[in-house]
Amino acid sequence: MLLAVGSLAAIGVTLGSVLGVAARYFAVESDPLEKDLLDLLPGSQCGQCGYVGCGPAAEALANGTAPVTLCVPGGKAVAEKLAKRLGVAADLSGHEDAEPRFAVIDESKCIGCLRCANECTTDAIIGAPKQIHSVIRDDCHGCMKCFHTCPTMAVSMQKVNVNLNDWHWQKPKLKTKRIKH
Amino acid sequence: MKLFHVEGGVHPEYRKERTQEHAIVSLPMPRILCLPLKQHAGAPAELVVSSGKRVKKGDLLAKAPSGVSAPIHAPTSGTVVDIREMASPHPSGIAQPTIMLRPDRKDEWSSDLPPAIEDPFTADPAVIGERVEWAGIVGLGGAAFPSAIKFGLRSKKPDILVLNGAECEPYLTCDDRIMQERAGEVIDGARIMAHALGVSRIIIAIETNKPAAIAAMTGAAMAHSEVTVAPIPVQYPMGSEKHLTKAVTGRETPAGKLTADVGVVVHNVGTARAVREAVRFGRPLISRVITLSGAGLTRGMNIEVPLGTMVVDLIEFCGGFKDGKAPHRLVSGGPMMGQPLPSLEVPVVKGTCGILALTKEEINEQPTGPCIRCGSCVSVCPCGLVPLEMAGFIRHDKLEEAEKAGVRDCVSCGSCSYICPSHIPLVQYFNYAKGRLNTDDRDRRKQDRLKLLVEARMARMEKQRKAKAEAAAAAAAAKKAAAAKPTPAPTEEPKASA
Repeated sequence: MLLAVGSLAAIGVTLGSVLGVAARYFAVESDPLEKDLLDLLPGSQCGQCGYVGCGPAAEALANGTAPVTLCVPGGKAVAEKLAKRLGVAADLSGHEDAEPRFAVIDESKCIGCLRCANECTTDAIIGAPKQIHSVIRDDCHGCMKCFHTCPTMAVSMQKVNVNLNDWHWQKPKLKTKRIKH
Repeated sequence: MKLFHVEGGVHPEYRKERTQEHAIVSLPMPRILCLPLKQHAGAPAELVVSSGKRVKKGDLLAKAPSGVSAPIHAPTSGTVVDIREMASPHPSGIAQPTIMLRPDRKDEWSSDLPPAIEDPFTADPAVIGERVEWAGIVGLGGAAFPSAIKFGLRSKKPDILVLNGAECEPYLTCDDRIMQERAGEVIDGARIMAHALGVSRIIIAIETNKPAAIAAMTGAAMAHSEVTVAPIPVQYPMGSEKHLTKAVTGRETPAGKLTADVGVVVHNVGTARAVREAVRFGRPLISRVITLSGAGLTRGMNIEVPLGTMVVDLIEFCGGFKDGKAPHRLVSGGPMMGQPLPSLEVPVVKGTCGILALTKEEINEQPTGPCIRCGSCVSVCPCGLVPLEMAGFIRHDKLEEAEKAGVRDCVSCGSCSYICPSHIPLVQYFNYAKGRLNTDDRDRRKQDRLKLLVEARMARMEKQRKAKAEAAAAAAAAKKAAAAKPTPAPTEEPKASA
């Protein structure tokens, strides 16, 4: 009896320590590239790229299965940074930034079902069961999750109008002089 | 007085003779005044009147929210006929809420104006600061930055107040006329400001192309030993705050800092006059002097106009456009740093210092050629930047590099564009880059905030999940315990009733 218990315990300890050592020395480190890419992405987990969140999107980018232009809210700026980090040339000339939009709830259609509020990743929708919901405009990043989930189609996406504080001059378009050779 | 050398700059044709000799005239009250809620740098003012309300001259129409902003007062007595979205006097022409005031031609002052401060020089500086804030005074040189905030610079312990009478922009003569005709008022205003700032020395800087203004101001300053009038060389952009400070005090303002960090506060001469009105008479800022000029106008004028006057009414007052032809370009401000106006149907606001109707001959618009690397832009840049390099970066969308090259230190004076033999729109590139960088900063701040919201939500979800799991485990354990214990009789489950 004692012998059996002792030998089993000894086998357990030996195998356990072998496993522990192996876990430390043969550990697969998480890809540092993936972490860098994740830092470049907006991190709002909106899912507009088709992945569940920014983490899986970064993974797909690192594997090369996703294009650098995948991030909709990030637009051209993020695409450029991703391309730079991945060392790939990206042709962004035809890439148009998606216009920033925000969700608006039509109060006459809202039934207070809370589905949109549960979907919202930034807690930008306030409401309670059977109460009209409302969007906090400053917190909305226009991911359209609420738009797709609303059973009564009470959510509409509206363009963010440029105001006087945000407006800036556009890049000058050159009327170049034609030089004859 | 010893002056200091300022690098760079250009000498454009000043063309001030069109209006320099024209005394300030008052505009007869127009049919309608349109007062946009954002006439200043910062947040728009908040409405306190509604359509149909009768107001008297000086009544509050919109109050300032906290932070950088300025309130708006009624320029005359009359009725608020409407509050509607109207194009701003801004190159974008973006519509903003505007108060439409129909004057009743009685011009009656309001009875609830604050009392005059009898002796401002013994008053508490904080009281003067509050009065300036109440009066909605902003920098009248063009930037329209709320002046009350500059009074808070007292905490930085400045030792010199510089009054900016340089008026280095071509065409504009409104400050020149104010100094000639109201020298005493300007100096009184400056002394009140100096008292509020705790400053013992006042320098009034005037470019030497305004001899009449220099003479008038010197005469008025005689009685006050702390006031010095400094005639400064004619050199564009001498009226830039930092460059003016360098010229009269020799102190150089570091990049990204304020002149107050080197002990100097700069105010425009018109602002000094407005401060005097507010302090000595309890009157808010409701009118300003502007210059109407340019070869496209029948006659140039310096006019004291109530805020909210439509540009079209002003043009009419000046005899309309020359030969009835619309000018090639309509500019608000000077020709170097002014901004094109979207139409004639926009009002004069606090920051409007001039309206110019420019003809094709005055503008010298030319097609852009290639950069020949002559370096003219480098030698004229008053900020010591390398415009050709920055423009190259911006042309290829390398804004980060342009930022490293110092594009944010550019004051948009336009000297580089003016001097460029290839007519490259250099300052236009920099205006774009600065605007774009600011937008990117704002977006980044929003993105960071959203990230925090997302993380907070995820943490909350995790906590809820854990709590649920724990509750389920506890329930299971309780059930198990209940099953193990022999129960004498099954207890009735109490039913929840409404």
